[in-house]
Amino acid sequence: MSDAAAKTRMISFRDAYREGLREALLRDPRVFLMGEDVGRYGGTYAVSRGLLDEFGPERIRDAPLSESAFVGAGIGAAIGGLRPIVEIMTVNFSLLALDQILNSAATFSHMSGGQVCVPLVIRMATGAGRQLAAQHSHSLEGWYAHIPGIKVLAPGTLEDARGMLASALADPNPVLIFEHARLYPIEGELAADAGAVEIEHARLRRRGGDVSLVCYGGTLDKTLAAAETLAAQGIEADVLDLRVLRPLDEAAILETVSRTHRLVIVDEGWRSGSLAAEVAARVAEHAFYELDAPIRRVCSAEVPIPYPKHLEDAALPQPDAIVAAVREGMAAHA
Amino acid sequence: MSAEREHALALLGGMIRIRHFEEKCAELYGQSKIRGFLHLYVGQEAVAVGVMQALGSDDAIVATYREHGHALARGIDAGAVMAEMYGKREGTSHGRGGSMHIFDVSARFYGGNAIVGGGLPLAVGLALADKLQKRPRVTVCFFGEGAIAEGEFHESLNLAALWKLPVLFLCENNLYAMGTALARSESETNLCVKAASYELPAWSVDGMDVRAVEDAARRAVVAVRGDGPLFLEARTYRFRAHSMFDAQLYRAKSEVEEWKKRDPIPSFAAQLRAEGLLDDESLAGLEAAADAEVARAVEFAEAGTWEPVEQLTRHVYCERDEP
Repeated sequence: MSDAAAKTRMISFRDAYREGLREALLRDPRVFLMGEDVGRYGGTYAVSRGLLDEFGPERIRDAPLSESAFVGAGIGAAIGGLRPIVEIMTVNFSLLALDQILNSAATFSHMSGGQVCVPLVIRMATGAGRQLAAQHSHSLEGWYAHIPGIKVLAPGTLEDARGMLASALADPNPVLIFEHARLYPIEGELAADAGAVEIEHARLRRRGGDVSLVCYGGTLDKTLAAAETLAAQGIEADVLDLRVLRPLDEAAILETVSRTHRLVIVDEGWRSGSLAAEVAARVAEHAFYELDAPIRRVCSAEVPIPYPKHLEDAALPQPDAIVAAVREGMAAHA
Repeated sequence: MSAEREHALALLGGMIRIRHFEEKCAELYGQSKIRGFLHLYVGQEAVAVGVMQALGSDDAIVATYREHGHALARGIDAGAVMAEMYGKREGTSHGRGGSMHIFDVSARFYGGNAIVGGGLPLAVGLALADKLQKRPRVTVCFFGEGAIAEGEFHESLNLAALWKLPVLFLCENNLYAMGTALARSESETNLCVKAASYELPAWSVDGMDVRAVEDAARRAVVAVRGDGPLFLEARTYRFRAHSMFDAQLYRAKSEVEEWKKRDPIPSFAAQLRAEGLLDDESLAGLEAAADAEVARAVEFAEAGTWEPVEQLTRHVYCERDEP
């Protein structure tokens, strides 16, 4: 390893995302960023702060509050030869652009017999945990992962926050990147020369062997925290970070379950019809006889996310609940 | 033949071939050769034929689910369009789209969008790409007056006007959004007034008069190329049902008959006769040419092949390495 590669620096998720954006804009003149308050305001979460000064208003393009039109314009611009990065302020507002995402971006390639590819990247903040109440706290990654024709990414590490964008831009398909809003200010170590990361595989973030914890995005740090608590109690957990929610890395899921024989899935989406349900179904279909205990899920409670902190905390997956689910599973069967 | 006569006959012939093509489609639907939804353009042919005269090969078209006429007027091969209706792999979209989703990138024809209003943002984006890459192209976006009730209409006109993008918003006002009359869905039925509120020029033209449409479209395209978006309303009428499942309970037969008196094909033919540009023989020639083209298209579609089921999931994701 060279000295440069060995070097790390402290950086926040917010700044890691900005580095990825800046690099993309520097590297390819076809790339531009478009969305609400990405320019003069500096980005709702300050991800794009400073980029307007550096790249100008043509490439850091403030859009009116017209989600459907600017997402659709991103689709058209991608077909027209540009490489747009559309920022939707939050997943909650992406519902206003669902027609364009589902009926246009996801269908054009197949519906046109392969003539029209849509090389579009859509970034959006997602998730709860900041007392923003029911209309600003959705976790709809699982919904979007339901849709054939798009790819869905959920960075849960600084390395992925920094490096997923470049790979998404190199992909000829529409790629959605869900940035968990709770993580933006969190800081950690990142390699000085961090760059593009692959966007095909799940990644084992911790190797244990007693139980598999499968999670993604905003539940990764909580799951790792739970795994440390479990380790202190003598239970060593695998922690698999899905990273790519569509297409799902089924092989990685089956691999960890085939070693540990126990599975707990952690998902900030609502339990019914969730991504966690999909993971559980895949394991039931393909690794049923590997299981020594029933699959357990730690998901959000089936309520619109409430405002007061104690209720919000109770509604979301928390390390304690993950620990409890694992312990139940360990006790259920020797 | 004088250039004037040649052009006039091309306009008339262009409308006749769409009419004959679609009458054949209705017949084939009855024979179950074409399935799904089939939305016929009969009565509105002057709009597509007139507008296409104003476009160059580099300009782009975004259309709706009632787009057979636009595809043919754009010069897309009738056989490929018919094969698409049949669902055959030789169709424009290899049969995956059907009647509502005709795509031909080589003709810069970007669908075939079956979500009312869904094509407008797409047209804005195509025009944005042209503007940022400094290409002097125009994108024409066809939609019906029903789309004016959609948010995407308002969002898209605003965005195009705000960013001065080269989009011609071409509204084919046939008075009915499926079965809902304009006056029953809009508080303001003057569509130009609505469009003009976004600070773009808004014109209206008689959509039953192919020459008037062509003239307006030519002026509009020049304006759009130089100065940004423009809204053009073509006042027209759909003679047939909304789709093959429509009992037409919402309008009087007498109203349809009134509009048929203004049928763009016989009225233009009569006009050309009066001008000495058309005789029985040349009209018969145009009809025969259209019939022959339609017959060839049907033959091509009949001879087409089915995509093997093994190919079902092809193209869900783009097969190109680099877009």
